[in-house]
Amino acid sequence: MESNQPSLFREALGRLTSNRLSFFSCIYIFVILVIAIITPLIAPYDYAFQDLNLGPAPPSSDHLLGTDTLGRDLLTRMMYGSRISLMVGFLATVVALVIGVMWGTIAGFVGGKTDAIMMRIVDVLYGIPFIILIILLMVIFGRNLILLFMAIGAVEWLTMARIVRSQVMGLSKQEFILAAEAMGVRKINIIFRHLIPNAIGPVIVYATLTVPQIMLLEAFLSFLGLGVQAPLSSWGILIRDGAVSMEEYWWLLVFPSLTFSLTLFSLNFIGDGLRDALDPRSGS
Amino acid sequence: MIELILKRLATAIPVLLAVVTLTFLMVHSAPGGPFDAEKAVTPEVLAKLNAKYNLDAPLWEQYSDYLFGVVQGDFGPSFRYPSRSVTELIMTGLPITFELAVYAILFALMLGVSAGILGALKPNTAYDYVPMTTAMLGICVPSIILGPSLILTFGIWLEWLPVGGWGDMPGDKILPTITLGTAYAAYCARLTRGGMLEVLNQDFIRTARAKGLSEFRVVVVHALRGGLTPVIAFLGPAMAGLLAGSFVVETIFGIPGLGRFYVEAAFNRDYTMILGSSIFFSCLIISFNLLSDVIAASINPKLRQ
Repeated sequence: MESNQPSLFREALGRLTSNRLSFFSCIYIFVILVIAIITPLIAPYDYAFQDLNLGPAPPSSDHLLGTDTLGRDLLTRMMYGSRISLMVGFLATVVALVIGVMWGTIAGFVGGKTDAIMMRIVDVLYGIPFIILIILLMVIFGRNLILLFMAIGAVEWLTMARIVRSQVMGLSKQEFILAAEAMGVRKINIIFRHLIPNAIGPVIVYATLTVPQIMLLEAFLSFLGLGVQAPLSSWGILIRDGAVSMEEYWWLLVFPSLTFSLTLFSLNFIGDGLRDALDPRSGS
Repeated sequence: MIELILKRLATAIPVLLAVVTLTFLMVHSAPGGPFDAEKAVTPEVLAKLNAKYNLDAPLWEQYSDYLFGVVQGDFGPSFRYPSRSVTELIMTGLPITFELAVYAILFALMLGVSAGILGALKPNTAYDYVPMTTAMLGICVPSIILGPSLILTFGIWLEWLPVGGWGDMPGDKILPTITLGTAYAAYCARLTRGGMLEVLNQDFIRTARAKGLSEFRVVVVHALRGGLTPVIAFLGPAMAGLLAGSFVVETIFGIPGLGRFYVEAAFNRDYTMILGSSIFFSCLIISFNLLSDVIAASINPKLRQ
């Protein structure tokens, strides 16, 4: 019946890549991801290697992006930093995605009192200023990376739950769900086989836009000195170090900042592009 | 209208109570007491200190005492600066942070709303693309990058503006305001454009044009009222973001505001100060959310239920 139509995925991919900005953003993110994954194999130096005799040196053929005040190679530090920044961004998004999708689907599908109570909880949680609680968490329990992205992920699921719920509410009144129910398909199968796959479009869009938000939050905390701890580095820490010594050593600020901004820019563009691709009606 | 305010207040109070309880418990479950600092104190002194700050009482008693104090606006003494109370410290920092936030939001509204209107009036032209792409850039360049870059460019290389302080030198408020406000200007621009585009297609705008009203009147008096609803709904969350952003901006520019006190207290493990300012910040954020809901409802009758 549908065999001669291109699949939704392929159609969306086609539309996404036809937008030149999203296309370049995809390539950029892909390259950054690959570099981050294979960093231990290709990094020019060890990430803790200090050349104190050299000290801070501007970009040269030995150190393509220069070295920091302790003589550490900036390119290497940025490559290792990208691993942490991206990991926090993606893992926290996954945490948010799982909680949000489950919560929203159950609320939207079961409806009635359950829905009212579940969404009431979301409303109340929305009111809590989480940035302050996250800072408190970091202060009190030390700067634990796992805790950091768990906490961030546990905060970011709220909007996800709302989006999924409204999607599911619309879907669950449609004929194919009624038909499945009438045929006696178990509720859990309806949720996983029919509801979630059909509600996934806006969720993917929102998840893509959540990644840069979380990376921003991590950078923000690291910048204040409340995030990732030395000797580990993240883009936020590199930017802070760069800001401290920018008067004499501009490259320490400029290169991490450019990379980080470009990453945020690309992720946002992919999110926007995906929204247009998955839902042609929405325009921009 | 009053019903709406009451309804929102009814949700705000449990949220506040939850925040107070949560922060209180978190701070009290923290490993290490406030007096484990540099110099080890003898057990007798420690006992006296604990007695002085009521730390030897059972937890629920400390909690109820604290809650009672907070209701009266008393957050107790600062552990770090024992001669000053937390309330006093908050009150020194608050006016400065508030001034910074107000400047930033005014900057954001002026720039963002005009860019958004321009984009909506001439959609899909250069008047639309240029401001909207710039807005995208503004959202993506976070304050931790924008602040240092502005200092580097205008403070160090061009030497046009001072790079630190607040009210000490003429012009030292400009860079912090821009740093804090840019991202919100960008959001305002996008929201205004979206809201205006929706409104401008509606019948009552066609009627207004058909009546022969000037374009200025159509846009500013008729369309803007509806078109700005998303921006106003955004102002509450934006205010929350601005307060959080003040942590970074005040640290970068060395502004003696509430945000900087908060970060310092976090580093010094000044528990009463962290607790007090967390609660205070939460109250502020919750009130701003309430306020923006009420304003949005008074502009858009559909939201009044």
